[in-house]
Amino acid sequence: MADPMTPEPFRIERVSRELADTFTLDLVPVGDKRDFDFQPGQFNMLYHFGVGEVPISISGDAGTKGRVTHTVRAVGTVTESMADLKKGDMVGVRGPFGSTWPMELAEGHDVVIVTGGIGLAPLRPAIYHVLANRGKYGRVAILYGARTPSDILYREELEAWSARLDVSVEATVDTAGTDWTGNVGVVTKLLPRGNFDGRDAVALVCGPEVMMRFTVHALNDQGVTNDCIFVSMERNMKCAVGFCGHCQFGSRFVCKDGPVFRFDQIEDIFRVKGI
Amino acid sequence: MAQAEGLDKLLSEHPFFRDMDTKVRGIVAGCAKNEVFEAGQYVFNEGGQADKFYILRHGSIAIEVDVPSREPLILETVNDGEIFGWSWIVPPYRRTFDARTLELCRIVSLDAKCLRGKMEKDHSLGYEFYKRFIPVMAERLGAARLQLLDLYGNPRA
Repeated sequence: MADPMTPEPFRIERVSRELADTFTLDLVPVGDKRDFDFQPGQFNMLYHFGVGEVPISISGDAGTKGRVTHTVRAVGTVTESMADLKKGDMVGVRGPFGSTWPMELAEGHDVVIVTGGIGLAPLRPAIYHVLANRGKYGRVAILYGARTPSDILYREELEAWSARLDVSVEATVDTAGTDWTGNVGVVTKLLPRGNFDGRDAVALVCGPEVMMRFTVHALNDQGVTNDCIFVSMERNMKCAVGFCGHCQFGSRFVCKDGPVFRFDQIEDIFRVKGI
Repeated sequence: MAQAEGLDKLLSEHPFFRDMDTKVRGIVAGCAKNEVFEAGQYVFNEGGQADKFYILRHGSIAIEVDVPSREPLILETVNDGEIFGWSWIVPPYRRTFDARTLELCRIVSLDAKCLRGKMEKDHSLGYEFYKRFIPVMAERLGAARLQLLDLYGNPRA
């Protein structure tokens, strides 16, 4: 990264509408930076010219060179404006930043991925990595929770992964109409059906913080210890390089020390109100 | 008698009954029977008498509520091995929701009237059941509260 504070120009190659409030941007570099390498779990600062800059996790395949993918949910001024971007428009990109999912550490172990809502986006690169290197991992379980059936992100991909014989995929929703024949209930309820050995598993967790708190308890109930649980935190990241302090999380900065943390290293502050 | 013996074995292998006293479990097995429901059948309906509770051996069941002028809403699904129908243990023993099978379901039903009578006479049997059902009810309550939070909803919506 030449200058971490200077955005590089990227052109939008494709816009995919995922859900009513969620879209995916495929970006290609057009400046001096013709390639783009990242590791699963990292994020970029996306600059919507004239509007503002936001931290967005990278949701594409780290194995695909020359293109970077972001799935964005329109929840604020910048992201709502980004929803109007079209193919050919330009955005600024700073990054990649932050810590990564422990893909090497998880080798040789079962991998259980627990995620909810838009939390599937930061975990998708990790899923791509595991599937591309399937022989390096033990049993793999992907457990996903969404609000309703129409809020299931990457539904076609989830269904494709579910069709594989070497991955256990379970999805659940909070509420559904009677035309839904899948699971209804909280994502933690899927854990006992995840087909993994909790004593030999590495868990990757991403979703709303309340969901992650309860997921950690449920993983502990399955025998997964806190040093084998990794969570991706979200805070108000601005500079992305640990200068501004907006994303301070106890003694750490989410942008620089995170967003992926090993749970036992943050559990002392994870449940402290107001942090 | 042969069926009761078979059900006793089945109960002894289920986590809910596994550590129950053998004699007590035998009494419970005497109140149990196997049932099969085709996909789309109702196991019970809201407002009905809760005279049974159930162990879902195989299949999946939607716990749902009928909402006037809207589509019925599924609140929770129950899957293989789970216990459902806990209204049998709470007066006035009335079903609070509908239970509809999503596929062919094999179920063990337990005669709640029979068990309530035995529990009234033998409070240690009652303790055995309350000890087992309160965690089931607490888990459902906790899950319902989390669902109420609408964690995945758009904060701007």
